[in-house]
Amino acid sequence: MNFDLTDEQRMLQETVAQYVENECPMARLREIFDGDQGHDPVLWKGLVELGVAGLAIGEQYGGAGLEMLDLAVVAEKLGHAAFPGPFFNHALGALAIELAGSDEQKEAWLPKLAAGDALASIAFSDPSGGWQPGDWSLEAGDTLTGTKSMVPFASEADVIVVGVTGGGMVLVAKGAAGLHCERLDGADRSRRIDDVTFENTPCESLAGGVEAAPKVRDVGLVLLAADAIGGAERCMEMSVEYAKTRQQFGVVIGQFQALKHQLADMALAVEPSRGLYWYAAHALDHVEEDAERTAAIAKAHITDAFMQVARDATEAHGGIGFTWEGDTQMWFKRAMFDRAFLGSPSSHRARAAELGDW
Amino acid sequence: MDLSYSTEAEAYRETVSSFLEANWPLKGKEKELSFDEQCTLFRDRATEAGFLYRSIPKQYGGSEQETDALSAQVIREEFGKKWAPMEARGIGTMMLAPTLLERGEQWMKDRWVQKTLFGEIKWCQGYSEPGSGSDLASLKTRGELVGDEWVINGQKIWTTNAHEADFMFILVRTEPDASKHAGISYLLLDMNQPGIEVRPLKTMTGTVDFNEVFFNDARTPKDWIVGKRGEGWTVSRTTLKHERNSIGATEQTNAQFSRLKKLAQETIIDGKPAIEREDIRERLSILEGHILAHKYSGFRQLTKDASGEDPGIIRLMTKLYSTEIGHLVSKLAMDLIGDDGLLGAGDARMGAIPSGNSAWIGQYMYSLGIAIAGGSANIQRNVIAERGLGLPRDAAADRSKSN
Repeated sequence: MNFDLTDEQRMLQETVAQYVENECPMARLREIFDGDQGHDPVLWKGLVELGVAGLAIGEQYGGAGLEMLDLAVVAEKLGHAAFPGPFFNHALGALAIELAGSDEQKEAWLPKLAAGDALASIAFSDPSGGWQPGDWSLEAGDTLTGTKSMVPFASEADVIVVGVTGGGMVLVAKGAAGLHCERLDGADRSRRIDDVTFENTPCESLAGGVEAAPKVRDVGLVLLAADAIGGAERCMEMSVEYAKTRQQFGVVIGQFQALKHQLADMALAVEPSRGLYWYAAHALDHVEEDAERTAAIAKAHITDAFMQVARDATEAHGGIGFTWEGDTQMWFKRAMFDRAFLGSPSSHRARAAELGDW
Repeated sequence: MDLSYSTEAEAYRETVSSFLEANWPLKGKEKELSFDEQCTLFRDRATEAGFLYRSIPKQYGGSEQETDALSAQVIREEFGKKWAPMEARGIGTMMLAPTLLERGEQWMKDRWVQKTLFGEIKWCQGYSEPGSGSDLASLKTRGELVGDEWVINGQKIWTTNAHEADFMFILVRTEPDASKHAGISYLLLDMNQPGIEVRPLKTMTGTVDFNEVFFNDARTPKDWIVGKRGEGWTVSRTTLKHERNSIGATEQTNAQFSRLKKLAQETIIDGKPAIEREDIRERLSILEGHILAHKYSGFRQLTKDASGEDPGIIRLMTKLYSTEIGHLVSKLAMDLIGDDGLLGAGDARMGAIPSGNSAWIGQYMYSLGIAIAGGSANIQRNVIAERGLGLPRDAAADRSKSN
């Protein structure tokens, strides 16, 4: 048994973490978080040069052809840094095309996506609130008319994978007639979201969409869980650091047992859950019978834990935690994104119960 | 990531399972022996074959195998499948024998180790006192050297199995002028003497698991001391080389969860199985998140143990996480059993896997006993915060006076 990351995976994590630390220190993160776009193409380009954009894209299309666990360990590090930008939606958009596209579609998009010359996103949420393929109600023919909501970085995307009625997926390219993206006032300013409307917008069907959509969803769930582990770990680290430096009553507050116990409980919520996302990611490639259900449980469990830890971290920072200037609020909002995107923890627990034949 | 065991481990599994095939359950005339005798006979054979008492030298009846977490895990799995007896359990096996092997005099090892390991003599642990629980080093039971004997006066409490034990290993204050930790010695003593009175304490479940022990001029020979005078604290904390059971705790919580699911399937509420209710499904599902997190955390520890690396902070979380999950499991069970929650715990036993509603009530109560025993949940939080997260120790806990 070897239930651990490989040396290559650890190196990949270190490389990404190092890049992020050098190029996106807190001041830069805050600038982007407070800026108009929530995304810095130069910063993204640097990440792309590390191979991150095409990590799980096949080698014949210029990607690295790695597994979902490799993608997830990168997501963890980006979550740790609250890295702003389109990693998550890009990875899922590219995966959808790879799994469901025709050879022509793959040829047309994957090399550009792997090289970071084009950006992909996914439009899964129906305005009525349905995230799952079975909920999708947008009718698709040669054109699309209707709305999808909560689409990450739709305005910036060169191609959007849209979930349509019957659980299939279609492609809409940037600049298509009748395509309109409107930025929402999203809480997480490191991953901006849009409402997207289509009016007789030309689209291309993805032939394998119906089969691939649940898999794309499951990968999304695991990437959110991985992001959440990284983010929750960072919340804990920030709180521990603060507790070791902030003084009251003449001693560092980390000496007070009430706070120590709260920090211990935060650690307990985070650290044992790491193996759960590892296994969920591993299962996507290697344990098919477990993959869907474990992805649902990992997303529910870990994003819930992140939200709680982010709340605890805010509290542990006292007044500064509640300010816009404080750092914890950015992770708090990452937690909100991870928790709500692709459906609430409750909805995935209900799915897990169904899938477990309870 | 590779969740299968190595080829060597799988080959070893074959060895273990064919041994068990031939040796357990016992066959022929041997089946007529008492269960205890059967266990003893089987343990001898399994030890001979190198499967039990692996970290114990041969001269003390062990099989003296190299430390190997993976082989140990394979043995546990295969023995578990066949319900074959493993090492005799008890505080003597877990605590005293390893301490003697590490710190004891040769004559002590010769006299006690083997008999302890094979269950021929029983020990109890004299640590906690009425005024010294989490702050154990503040203990006050005195040991004074009078001639060739230690004379012991004071009181111990929560002493598991003192009513059945032959001997006690005990922490006593022998150096009243030394600082808190440096005034303690580790003595051994015979329980069968007039200076010792054992009073059973009934637990809230109605059973007797532990006792109060009173010492009124109890005596033990001068040389029945492990380590030197004043070294008792460090002796009691001797780090032991042994094969950790990295995933035993998670296997137990898994088993509890399976029983709970079964209970939810079999319990009828408003004319349908409870497991079909949304609220029950959600709660079970929340629990399963914890169960799986705990399980994979155990896998991570096993992997690190197998390669001799330190698994880090997760090691410190095993007990607290197990007890937190235990609370959630038993709370949900209590909601499921409904009116039976008015009944008592019956003859539930600590650590047993529940079946039947009275056993769930036992579990509901014992989950607290387990949370408190061996370092309460809040002490575990201190350990995680101080050793795991590097936070400073509590000012009060640093005081080095015994009173």
